[in-house]
Amino acid sequence: MSLESISEGRGKKLNILVCVKQVPDTKIIKVNPKTNTLDRSSAPAILNPYDAHAVQEAVRLKEIHGGKVTVLSMGPPQAKEAIKKCVEIGADEGFLISDRRFAGADTLATSYALYKAVQKLMKQDGGIDLILCGKHAIDGDTGQTGPGIARRLLIPPLTNVIKVAEVNLEDRKIQVHRKIEDGYELIESAIPCLLTVEKEINEVEYSPLPNMLKAARYTPIVWTVDDLEDVDIKQLGLKGSPTIVGKMWPPAKSEGAQILAGDSREQVREAVSIMLQQRELFKVKGGERV
Amino acid sequence: MNLDEYRGVWVFNEQRDGELVDVGLELLGAGRELADKLETELCGVLIGHNVKDLAAELFEHGADKVYLIDDPITEQYRTETYMKAAGDLVRKYKPEIFLYGATSNGKDLASAVATEVMTGLTADTTLLDVNVEKRLFEASRPAFGGNIMATILCKKHRPQMATVRPKVMKKPERQPGRTGEVIEETISMREEDLRTKIIDIVRDTKKGVNLEEADIIVAAGKGVKDEKGFKLVEDLATVLNATVGASRDVVEAGICGHDHQVGQTGATVTPKLYIAAGISGAIQHIVGMQNSEMIIAINNDPDAAIFNTAHYGIVGDLFEVLPLLTEEFKKALQEETEEGGVPSHA
Ligand SMILES: Cc1cc2nc3c(=O)[nH]c(=O)nc-3n(C[C@H](O)[C@H](O)[C@H](O)COP(=O)(O)OP(=O)(O)OC[C@H]3O[C@@H](n4cnc5c(N)ncnc54)[C@H](O)[C@@H]3O)c2cc1C
Ligand SMILES: Nc1ncnc2c1ncn2[C@@H]1O[C@H](COP(=O)(O)O)[C@@H](O)[C@H]1O
Repeated sequence: MSLESISEGRGKKLNILVCVKQVPDTKIIKVNPKTNTLDRSSAPAILNPYDAHAVQEAVRLKEIHGGKVTVLSMGPPQAKEAIKKCVEIGADEGFLISDRRFAGADTLATSYALYKAVQKLMKQDGGIDLILCGKHAIDGDTGQTGPGIARRLLIPPLTNVIKVAEVNLEDRKIQVHRKIEDGYELIESAIPCLLTVEKEINEVEYSPLPNMLKAARYTPIVWTVDDLEDVDIKQLGLKGSPTIVGKMWPPAKSEGAQILAGDSREQVREAVSIMLQQRELFKVKGGERV
Repeated sequence: MNLDEYRGVWVFNEQRDGELVDVGLELLGAGRELADKLETELCGVLIGHNVKDLAAELFEHGADKVYLIDDPITEQYRTETYMKAAGDLVRKYKPEIFLYGATSNGKDLASAVATEVMTGLTADTTLLDVNVEKRLFEASRPAFGGNIMATILCKKHRPQMATVRPKVMKKPERQPGRTGEVIEETISMREEDLRTKIIDIVRDTKKGVNLEEADIIVAAGKGVKDEKGFKLVEDLATVLNATVGASRDVVEAGICGHDHQVGQTGATVTPKLYIAAGISGAIQHIVGMQNSEMIIAINNDPDAAIFNTAHYGIVGDLFEVLPLLTEEFKKALQEETEEGGVPSHA
């Protein structure tokens, strides 16, 4: 796949594809103490929070530049709910690729399957200018899928984006702020490219009523492996995944805090003396702490 | 793929503006242990422009070899160029294990290289080991929001790759004068052919947001209620010369900016001292601060989950406790200052 073909014949509007994942709400999920596996049924499934921001950003860009927002997800049939949520936020259309043969995919196999679906979508829609992903999915926390898709499409990945500063459709260029440890970079990239977004990028707004109504009636389009073209089955699902999970165990439980005794002042005095034992933290040099 | 062709443990030694990033040095320590167990060599990977001199530092921290790419085109990190540079090195020299710091750039690069050379990658690991007999790398990490630990294996592909969280591994002792071999390679890319360009790097010099590198953090939870309560946290932080952290609920209430947030969707921190005031201890918060050396929690609910993770607890009203802490610390630190210069016997 060449870079040109991904955006061939593109006009002056933005076609944006957002990859979204349905994830268990990790706040509620329980671990089965006997098997040390996750009891997924214990947790409600939600749209990955970062992906909600990605959809919101796509909708915002569409409002400025015109175009279309399509979402793509890989997952079990229930993942349709996550896509409907995206329609609520303002996406125009949603596709779910769902098939037993996708199951058990790690990030390499996931990016392959999504890449195959992107190729098919490009043919249908005549091109995609931007692909948006979340910074990471909160179940795996890897953040590897987005850059993986970009590499397969041979387009630049711009990760950890906190702001889309400019989209220039004439010159087919985009400028974004990319978060780094001690600040941010202003990067310019040719379009098409792939962005992974941080939460700071926007606020996910309350969905307007028409969107809610549309979402309620909306049925995402579901594709199986057979609907995609030139798929190498060996690269899909568990078979196509170089990584496997060895063992799982619950994280060590700490013994719990030693609750300090006495009234507030006594507790505070004891706490201060405990903390002051870490002397190097409170070193003094010429009247100035360092 | 003939797995036996792959030997050696590699570490990506990220540099920014010609300065090595700490986590890379920490990984030389962890990598040294793996390499010794496997009886193989430890190699640093250094990419940049005019960075050759940094190789000495890598040798002194345990590297046997340094693979160097030194070119104006790689002066700043860009996925395009770094992926090519690292990918070419991997194809040519075939390491069996390749570690990266889990920084923005390290994660970005590792993800791209994994797809480039089609191998497995484990993200944000906190525990590294190796099965010597099978030469199998065991990379473990918290999964599902920290609810469980999992060991990830990559049996049939090489290199076996992982990103490793900063500050989890110990930086090895520096061995002055220790040297090794520099292997320099070139990168065949031209600026005109690249699709990305770094226009500017804006360093945030504002103090108080660099949570990741803070030694002391005083963090506010929803228990502070509003700006007035938050001010009490700030006051204590000022006296301690500490950085102010916050739970997500405080950020979402608009009491402070997102850059203060600690937790799964905020910063992962490992200070020497973490004071949690009015934080309930939800798992999403805990995963971001549980590796702090000492955790002190203040909460008026004796059953708050934060007390499971904290080392010391003060059960009380933070509106009373925080001002007292500030006052007592002021006094104590004042005394230290007066003793200034006198060697301590502690
Ligand atoms: C996908 C996802 C990601 C998330 N990511 C994060 C994250 O990165 N970071 C994060 O922090 N949270 C995160 N959360 C939210 C998390 O689940 C909790 O909701 C949040 O941490 C709770 O914040 P809190 O402890 O400040 O508030 P609360 O849970 O409301 O706790 C307030 C505490 O203050 C105590 N208190 C009240 N008044 C006083 C007083 N006067 N004196 C002393 N104590 C008092 C109470 O007893 C209580 O324990 C996430 C949630 C989800 C679903
Ligand atoms: N199964 C999936 N379907 C669609 N998009 C996905 C899927 N898995 C991951 N992604 C995208 O890749 C991002 C990073 O996911 P991860 O690499 O799993 O942390 C997510 O925020 C999504 O945008």
